[in-house]
Amino acid sequence: MDKLNFIYPEIFISLSIMFLLILGVFKKKSSNLIISLSVITLIGTLVLIFGYPINTNLNLFNGSYKIDYMSSYMKILTILSGIFVLITSSKFLKIYKLFNIEYPILILCSILGMMVMISSNDLIVFYIGLELQSLSLYVLAAFNRDQIKSSEAGLKYFVLSALSSGLLLYGCSLIYGFSGTTNFDQISILMNNDQYGLTFGIVFILVGLAFKISAVPFHMWAPDVYEGSPTSVTLFFAVAPKVAALTVIIRFLYVPFVNVIDQWQLIIIFLSIASMIFGAVAAIGQKNLKRLIAYSSIGHMGYALAGLCVGTNQGIQSSVLYISIYLVMNLGFFSCLFMLKRNNTYFENIDDLSGLSKNHPLISLSLMIILFSLAGIPPLAGFFAKFYIFKAVLDQSMYYLAIIGLLTTVIAAFYYLRIIKIMYFDLEKEKYDKDYNLGLKLTLTLSTTLILFYFIYPSKLLNIVSQINII
Amino acid sequence: MDFPILSSIILLPSIGSLFLFFIKGSEGKSLQTIKYVALFVTITNFFISIYLWYLFDETSSNFQFIEDKEWLDGFINYKVGIDGISILFIILTTFITPLCVLSVNNSIKSRLKDFLIAILLMESLMIGVFCSLDLIIFYLFFEGGLIPMFLIIGIWGGERRVYSAFKFFLYTLFGSVLMLVAIIVIYLTYGTTDVTKLYEIGINANFQNLLWLAFFSSFAVKTPMWPVHTWLPDAHVEAPTAGSVLLAAILLKMAGYGFIRFSIGLFPLASEFFTPLIYFLSLVAIIYTSFVALMQEDMKKLIAYSSVAHMGYVTLGIFTNTQQGLEGSIVQMISHGLVSAALFLSVGVLYDRTHSRLIKTYGGLVSVMPKYSILLMIFTLSALGLPGTSGFVGEFLILMGAFRDNFLVATIACFGVILGAAYMLWLYKRVIFGKLNNKDLLKIDDLNKSEILVLSIIALPTLFYGFYPEPLLNTVEVSVNNLIDTYNYNLVSFGANNG
Repeated sequence: MDKLNFIYPEIFISLSIMFLLILGVFKKKSSNLIISLSVITLIGTLVLIFGYPINTNLNLFNGSYKIDYMSSYMKILTILSGIFVLITSSKFLKIYKLFNIEYPILILCSILGMMVMISSNDLIVFYIGLELQSLSLYVLAAFNRDQIKSSEAGLKYFVLSALSSGLLLYGCSLIYGFSGTTNFDQISILMNNDQYGLTFGIVFILVGLAFKISAVPFHMWAPDVYEGSPTSVTLFFAVAPKVAALTVIIRFLYVPFVNVIDQWQLIIIFLSIASMIFGAVAAIGQKNLKRLIAYSSIGHMGYALAGLCVGTNQGIQSSVLYISIYLVMNLGFFSCLFMLKRNNTYFENIDDLSGLSKNHPLISLSLMIILFSLAGIPPLAGFFAKFYIFKAVLDQSMYYLAIIGLLTTVIAAFYYLRIIKIMYFDLEKEKYDKDYNLGLKLTLTLSTTLILFYFIYPSKLLNIVSQINII
Repeated sequence: MDFPILSSIILLPSIGSLFLFFIKGSEGKSLQTIKYVALFVTITNFFISIYLWYLFDETSSNFQFIEDKEWLDGFINYKVGIDGISILFIILTTFITPLCVLSVNNSIKSRLKDFLIAILLMESLMIGVFCSLDLIIFYLFFEGGLIPMFLIIGIWGGERRVYSAFKFFLYTLFGSVLMLVAIIVIYLTYGTTDVTKLYEIGINANFQNLLWLAFFSSFAVKTPMWPVHTWLPDAHVEAPTAGSVLLAAILLKMAGYGFIRFSIGLFPLASEFFTPLIYFLSLVAIIYTSFVALMQEDMKKLIAYSSVAHMGYVTLGIFTNTQQGLEGSIVQMISHGLVSAALFLSVGVLYDRTHSRLIKTYGGLVSVMPKYSILLMIFTLSALGLPGTSGFVGEFLILMGAFRDNFLVATIACFGVILGAAYMLWLYKRVIFGKLNNKDLLKIDDLNKSEILVLSIIALPTLFYGFYPEPLLNTVEVSVNNLIDTYNYNLVSFGANNG
């Protein structure tokens, strides 16, 4: 157990959760304190993770828990998104009277679950992590329990997610049954092409994971849950679980099953193409910004999956890079949503953006930059994200995938343009309140700056990501 | 040369726009400041580019003022450099932009600051296109221009501005994504996107056709060639005057430049193979859009269609692959840049006064606006290619090149000249001469000083290069020669290998 120091982040976050829970129970009206302490906890966890030597590659607990470069990187992404969710949303929560101690603690719990998922190297550990994060997310989705839409979102998410977890568990048991082990490394040794039982296992597990990242055709829950949940929770949904689930997909496909790539490659290609097309087409008719971003995130997951199906390290790196930039863009987008407040009501329809550029030139400028970046127009960060994906895809001569992907960006550009059109070309409405808190301003400025000036020095992120070597 | 002069020309307008961004207020004095800053930046940039022309060595066919910096580690370099072809386009850009800034006085009523920021960003991106010697860098500049142009059309355009902005954006984006695929494939096959290195390596003959088509899909939309030209009239009609000027004068030239630099330069075999296709599309553009132009009732639309016809000549000339054809195309592009800018400005002058672009509103303007009539006469004649104007030089050289290559094509193209004369003169006749029926026209003033200034600044080079095109031709000659030599060398060596 001399390697226990490598799971200090997880231990630290668990202890903090328990401490905060007790503190919250005994000290009334301590929400402000608890939110601040949660942010500090997350920052502390970040510091602990940064403390690892960069080339750590360890298997803990009989090889069921893996600490390597990718797990650290993805944990950092998850924790960062948690921090930004907490610092952007406090005002929103106060206005909707959701400012309870449970909210930050649930977020911490789900982040802990995600960290376990990210590091898991074993089917059981992975499942435990997954359930921890899912259970927290069910509650978070229904957090605004007085509102019927939020309860509906929670229930819907719970039922469908439980179903997918069931499928996933069934897949796990199939794999265990045919290989006799749950450890990823050992499965990869035992794996060969003839075991059809294992193939079935892969399919079931992929279905479960595709549900978590809302890839078509397992996306049905996403728009409703995104729309119904409180906006701050939607932001969390849009970023953190995707990072964790994507990591698990990478780990799952490329550690135990890398040798049978021809068994699963087609599935991922299908998921990718279907998500890209559906995400682009279905978003066109949306009126609610949160629904729209749900469809857009379906499309974006399609691109991230496109990087995964090529079966090279380069492909994995491009996906990781994609999800990182996607995270920044979403944080920016939701910060803008948090700024649309008038008389203690938040607005979330596309029409509410009408003529925003006249009254709030800076918000609309940032939102425009973010939207162009989401559409993948150069020289913004979103373009580079797509560029690396398609480079990896074309490197394996999968021309059709690249061409379909690029054509869907043209379709998707239409609905992003529509928002920009409404902001810039239409007549203005009443002004929105201007009492943004510091966290919100910081998040928006940071994400916009990153997106806008990414092109000046694009090597940095690429170099960081290119140290991820799974195969 | 250690001083990064090209980068400074590219960056200066962007820095200027950043400066504008931080100027507070939008009325009275600050508005004046904004205008002066924009004007100062663009004029400075013009003088720097003139100085660049002065430093430029016309006798060398190599790229000059090269800057090569690592940008994406071991993958893409930020590489810019110019040859005789690019420098003319850079000067055209820096020449037209201050005129755009000058012309906003009357036409832009709201959000002047944002408009000038967009114009300055556009200038940066367009100069970047003409300088870049790396395919990815080229793509970034080429596509980046979509964003400011979308906003220019959409925010300051006319009634149907949303429709045309969307059409413009989606058409061009659609064309360009295929080019992006081709660029990535080139990188993966040859390990570089550096244009000069690719010139040396030479692209494999088996790939050339597909790659050429991918590039073509992007350039054809931007040129625009028939049948994907339909975004242009819409975009022009709805864009504000300064936007139209930028669009016609410079944006369209990016595609022509792309054809010369990439299609001809990188894919000579495919270019030879697809020459009949280009000839066909160019001829359709020349003849068909001329007829369409003849029937337009909206002045801006008429000029927009005439742009399509003129760009038809340009593509025709480029793919004749003769010294005359290529040089003619370049001169034609420069000349069209000047003339179409002037024509759009002239229409803008009328529109500011009467808020109508319909030809039937006017008639007999010569009696109320004599100065205007004279200047418009110069541009009309130049547009139809009268000897003594720059339009003639370009068209004449292109047709000469075409006759050397294909007699039939050249003969058909000649009819376009007649049609061009027909629609331009008819337009002039209906607007300027005839009876003054519309009583409202009696009240309008002749050109004011700034309008005279702007239009005569454009008229000067139009006439000067009409009589004396030597400076233009000298600048491009060596580069064009080099291009054609490489082209023919490729054809010959390919023929030798296969037969």
